[in-house]
Amino acid sequence: MSSELWSNIYVLLLAGFLGFEVIRRVSPLLHTPLMSLTNALDAIAVVGAIVIVGEGHTKLATFLGTFAIISATSNVVGGFLITDRMLRMFKSSPRGGGKK
Amino acid sequence: MEGTGTDVFIEFAYVIAVSLFILSLRWLSSPTTARRGVLAGEVGMLIAILATLLNHQIVTYHWIFVGLVVGALIGIPLGLVQMTAVPQRTALSHAFGAFAVTLIGTAEYYLRAPDISAFVMSALAIEVILGSLTFTASLMAAGKLQEVLPQRPITYEGQNKVNLSILGSAILIALIMVAHPGATWLFPLLILIPLAFGVLLIIPIGGADMPTVISLLNSYAGLSAAAMGFVVKSKLLIVAGALDGSSGFILSMIMSKAMNRSFTNVLFGAFGQVQESAAKTEEVGTVRSATPEEAAAIIEAAATVMVVPGYGMAVAQAQHKVREFYDALTKKGIDVKFAIHPVAGRMPGHMNVLLAEADVPYDRLIEMEDANSEFPQVDVALVIGANDVTNPAARHDKNSPIYGMPILEVEKARTVMVIKRGMSPGFAGIENELYYLDKTLMIFGDAKAVVGSLVRELSGGQGH
Repeated sequence: MSSELWSNIYVLLLAGFLGFEVIRRVSPLLHTPLMSLTNALDAIAVVGAIVIVGEGHTKLATFLGTFAIISATSNVVGGFLITDRMLRMFKSSPRGGGKK
Repeated sequence: MEGTGTDVFIEFAYVIAVSLFILSLRWLSSPTTARRGVLAGEVGMLIAILATLLNHQIVTYHWIFVGLVVGALIGIPLGLVQMTAVPQRTALSHAFGAFAVTLIGTAEYYLRAPDISAFVMSALAIEVILGSLTFTASLMAAGKLQEVLPQRPITYEGQNKVNLSILGSAILIALIMVAHPGATWLFPLLILIPLAFGVLLIIPIGGADMPTVISLLNSYAGLSAAAMGFVVKSKLLIVAGALDGSSGFILSMIMSKAMNRSFTNVLFGAFGQVQESAAKTEEVGTVRSATPEEAAAIIEAAATVMVVPGYGMAVAQAQHKVREFYDALTKKGIDVKFAIHPVAGRMPGHMNVLLAEADVPYDRLIEMEDANSEFPQVDVALVIGANDVTNPAARHDKNSPIYGMPILEVEKARTVMVIKRGMSPGFAGIENELYYLDKTLMIFGDAKAVVGSLVRELSGGQGH
């Protein structure tokens, strides 16, 4: 239990640093899609809601959990959809002009 | 934990999902690989959800499927909104994410109380405090962006003290609950107080501060999800939350730097303080105005044109006309580029998305530093609906409220043209001395209409 706690803290720390390094490289051109994509990924919270609802322990938990699944799923579907729509619009010059 | 084969399989699926999430962000670094990134994210998400459904603790699937189906049905229209509505859609999705996390936190608390360790209770408190304040704050931000709420910042005496003491009381209750996790009657306060705080936090925010605020809320939503990861002991959630949290954090840093605000200033919500312009510009000089016909004649003679778009272009929905303008000039062999200030518009990257929507090639969109090194060689700088990000006072007038803010140095171009509705100042209430320079021509009118007539002149008037 306590060792799991510590390993989770390490995970948080490493993921934070990794995120910082990876996201720093994202071109400012794509900052809007970046935000909608991370938002969709963040909706992985749906996994927690699924377990709570599926266990079916209390009516309250099922009720709250179902609404959590609804709003998280809408973020997953809507987030990926709009990110892809945005990225499809980014085209480079027809002459195939490379990077600046 | 070390249980059955299914458990091992589920954990393995989560590891794959996490790797795909990281690759997804990695591939987003360049427009050429970005769509692959979205695909990686989608596959990762699908794997994670399907694997979770195998969890043997799940005994009933009824409400799970109701939730998934209804959520997908709501998500589809949210994914199909117009590009001009992307800032408010983004704010809304931060609200949804935070809402989900808060609901899960509440359910977890009432399922477990009073049998909760101090550490889990701390994580739970962070989860629901950040979650509920992000929920109302994001709804407020979305309301302001959609213009159903007044966009004008509302400030009053001692606002920061009020806000900080409200937040303080929530933290105090959190501490009491960490000591006494069984105090179930306190738990609703842990949600209600941050809900109120979220509203108060956004009241003093004006439109121009939105890029910073949206990024900050993005970061909060991520952190609350990471905290939830500690409560439900899910490394998958911790990683996804940390990635989202650091993404929002980086964006808020970039935005606050581009507005010359310290990061602590932003963190404590002390934005939107519209300072009175200390020295009202006395020497209001003369303004030279031009008709679109006159402007088109000058543009036609140029070799290089730099367009500087701002929020005004988005409001006027002028991006498609701007693209026609780009086409007309390119056809004449004139080199056209677009200088993008990091905080132009209402969210990070707003201008890039609008111009990409209008089919302007992304390699024509250049960042502030590159643009500034090019301005001295530019024949015509055309400012469309941008104001404060072009004000030279930011560089030399120590009394100016925007002093120190990095700007696009359009005044270095040979000729500056500004398309503007009238002479009203920008969000900070500051006169823009750019408009009074000898080399500046003002073209008054609606951005879409003016660019439209420029296009007509440029493509019609072969006789020139």
